[in-house]
Amino acid sequence: MSWETVIGLEVHVQLDTRSKMFCGCSTGFGNPPNTNVCPVCLGLPGALPVPNAGAVRLGVRAALALECTVQPRSIFARKNYFYPDLPKGYQISQYDRPLASGGRLEIESSDRGTVPVSIVRLHLEEDAGKLLHDRIPGKTAIDLNRAGTPLAEIVSGPDLRSPAEAREYLNALKQILRYAGVSECNMEQGSLRVDGNISLRRKGESALGTRTEIKNLNSFANVERALSAERDRQEALLARGETVEQVTLLFHPGSGQVRPMRSKEESHDYRYFDDPDLPPLLLAPATIAAIGEELPELPAAKRSRLRDGYGLSAYDAGVLAAERSTADYFEAVCAAGAEPKAAANWVINETGAVPPAGVLAELIGLVEDGTLSHQAARRIYPELAGGGSPRDAAERLGLLQVRDTDALAAWVDAVIAGHPAEAARYRAGELKLMAFFTGQVMKQSRGQADPRRVQPMLARRLEDG
Amino acid sequence: MSGAGAVARAVAERLAAADVARLNATLAWSEAALAAEAARVDALPDDGVLHQWPVAIKDNIVTTDLPTTCGSRILQGYRSPFNATVVERLRAAGAMVACKTNLDEFAMGSSTEHSAFGRVLHPQDPSRVPGGSSGGSAALVAAGAVAAALGSETGGSVRQPASFCGVVGVKPTYGRVSRYGLVAFGSSLDCVSVFARTVAIAGQLLEVIAGPDSRDATSVAAPKLALQPPGASLAGTTIGIPREYFPADLDPGIQAACNRAMDRMRDLGARLIEVSLPHTSLAVPAYYIVAPAEAAANLARFDGARYGVRAESSGDVRALYRATRGRGFGAEVRRRILVGTYVLSAGYHEAYYGRAQAARRRITGDFSAAFAAGVDLLFTPTTPTTAFRAGEKTADPVAMYLADVFVCPASLAGLPAMSFPIGRSEGLPIGGQLIAPPFAEGVMLAAAARLEAALDPVAEAR
Repeated sequence: MSWETVIGLEVHVQLDTRSKMFCGCSTGFGNPPNTNVCPVCLGLPGALPVPNAGAVRLGVRAALALECTVQPRSIFARKNYFYPDLPKGYQISQYDRPLASGGRLEIESSDRGTVPVSIVRLHLEEDAGKLLHDRIPGKTAIDLNRAGTPLAEIVSGPDLRSPAEAREYLNALKQILRYAGVSECNMEQGSLRVDGNISLRRKGESALGTRTEIKNLNSFANVERALSAERDRQEALLARGETVEQVTLLFHPGSGQVRPMRSKEESHDYRYFDDPDLPPLLLAPATIAAIGEELPELPAAKRSRLRDGYGLSAYDAGVLAAERSTADYFEAVCAAGAEPKAAANWVINETGAVPPAGVLAELIGLVEDGTLSHQAARRIYPELAGGGSPRDAAERLGLLQVRDTDALAAWVDAVIAGHPAEAARYRAGELKLMAFFTGQVMKQSRGQADPRRVQPMLARRLEDG
Repeated sequence: MSGAGAVARAVAERLAAADVARLNATLAWSEAALAAEAARVDALPDDGVLHQWPVAIKDNIVTTDLPTTCGSRILQGYRSPFNATVVERLRAAGAMVACKTNLDEFAMGSSTEHSAFGRVLHPQDPSRVPGGSSGGSAALVAAGAVAAALGSETGGSVRQPASFCGVVGVKPTYGRVSRYGLVAFGSSLDCVSVFARTVAIAGQLLEVIAGPDSRDATSVAAPKLALQPPGASLAGTTIGIPREYFPADLDPGIQAACNRAMDRMRDLGARLIEVSLPHTSLAVPAYYIVAPAEAAANLARFDGARYGVRAESSGDVRALYRATRGRGFGAEVRRRILVGTYVLSAGYHEAYYGRAQAARRRITGDFSAAFAAGVDLLFTPTTPTTAFRAGEKTADPVAMYLADVFVCPASLAGLPAMSFPIGRSEGLPIGGQLIAPPFAEGVMLAAAARLEAALDPVAEAR
């Protein structure tokens, strides 16, 4: 029996604002517990929420980046449940009239090539606080610094066909949201969280099978692991002729297993209703259009422009476009006069602190015109992180290529004289020893010799000898 | 010589006298707090609209200098770290916070019998109720302890006790006055409202607290509340008399008082026309779905985890919630939380909450149609009866709820409305109600002031 896996993801991302969704408190991470709080996010009696226009703006930006239709009128609703990390006893979210719906995000699937994934909806909501179980022995403490942090929940359609595609979707989503300046998407700091929905059906069927939901997915790798484990579990059940039960599962990273949550934890009736404290969120078409104007070039457009505009391979264009800052840097290096392919190699391969774009362009130029060997240039590179002249650095380190014939001849003669046995073997026809001699000359010259001149000279002198 | 100090001492004497009379209208006040308020006011310029005025504050409006309990055990001793916007505005205008006043727990009730701290007595007849939920504020103004007080309305909680106690009670348009610092009950209905001995004083108080507030997203940047001098007549004013508010079984004394008031209106040149507000009978049922639904969510925060009283309990956090909320809330509050939870539950949401919202739109539509047809103001009795006896309706919640039958509709429609004394029946005060179009408080107050002057001798004669 052949089964098809169907996956949809619900992703919560923290909107990158300085203040919270409904009050002026800081969204800073890592502050002492309960220091970024006020009457509003503590849910004190009499306090009222007021929407953060900056968060709405970022939500719209995310929606537009994902090609969603932004609703001119959306509604904040109360999602009611009791939990100690939820100060008001309800979460302000959006329910039947979300901020945006009907978008799409293209991913590269290793199985299926370029695949469009539908974005069912994107809505705004506030985050809850955090329970600390290890601060006070035998007790649970509550930290409400995070309570009220603005979130966008992004729900994909059931369009992913493997755990690997789910991971690819998350990578693409993270990339586009970082590009759009919407969210840092940092899973360690909780600014991106994922719940997965997965079901199986017979290949060729169009109806969806019974799905399960997996929570507690704390890394992209674990999303893939958990979905794989759950796919295998469902497949085994179906293979035995049993049925899948609609349950919520928790992933346990230690064992790699998924296990059902206690039924008490999931039997919620959230009793949603429109929040009477918040008037409908109205967005004029002109406002939405103006926010759209703020969007930078997005990853897909950037990739194709880098590929076509600079004559790069699809691979190089993809690597450069992975981060907006990397692509911007690459383009700045080219704008400063560097040859694009060489610039791409440098930007992709070199790690550590990067030099100013103009300096890297100059360095690349010195290699191109033979002033520096590639090897010498790589030694100079780390010296240039704070700027400065590559030529001065090369002189200071004695790395300028020597093209002076007498100097080259002296190194060549010394190397031949120092290796009579190898010289004899070369003359006997073992021509591959040329690489050995070249290396020795470069070593003797501490990298200053221009290998393009060294080799002809070596050949001549060895044959003459 | 401290002008405000002398006022503060006089207020303290009157509050002490009210307490001695066991009105039970105050929940918190002190000579020291009053003296501090007097010192603060004396340091202000003396041109504040309410300079040196003592104002009583309903205890569901938060204050930093006195506790805020909402008449509930669950908030006993709670001290807010911030003042409500209305309190800030009163203080900036030179007023002194005189005391916090007793109320039905979380403003849920129509008799001020549902306070965890005991019932408030009617100042004229201790066997009767002052109305509610703002009964403490109404009783203090009626007893002459303060000239003015803040109350709050969700479904008539100022107009109804104003009527019972024989004082003026004004509810503004929803959104006219900031709710920031008013402990929420039914957020789409809640309005900070005012009590005063006279229409003019009520208007001044309202003018001070009105206006948009960046901390309340539902406050409205409407044209400024413009008080108008009462004219010599009501010529050119069309007053609608909705027939649904004058049922055949209306208390005869109230019917008679209304008839007299309507005669005065005609004498003053007003045109009176009968109108119909056909969905009026839906108001109480709709109100008792919408308000509890919102209340159930609004009161979820009182869980003992962060502030207020926490019940001792063994077991998990759910046991803590059950113990804290089970013991902390009184029976009426628990009843409304249960009703509110039920009407929002999966499977019942549309049948109850959805239909109540539809009824609310129809009720609002009735008013809009009347005003669009040329009615400037509506006149009705405020209540179907005068102040009833304590204990008379506590066993029958629906009978209690029906005490609000004439005040609920304007609340659901978010309209400005007021009650003012129009006479007495068997010695007990009767209130007449004016209801105005949105943001027409100025017109409403001017007409009421004109009628007040015309009616006063009549009321005194009886």
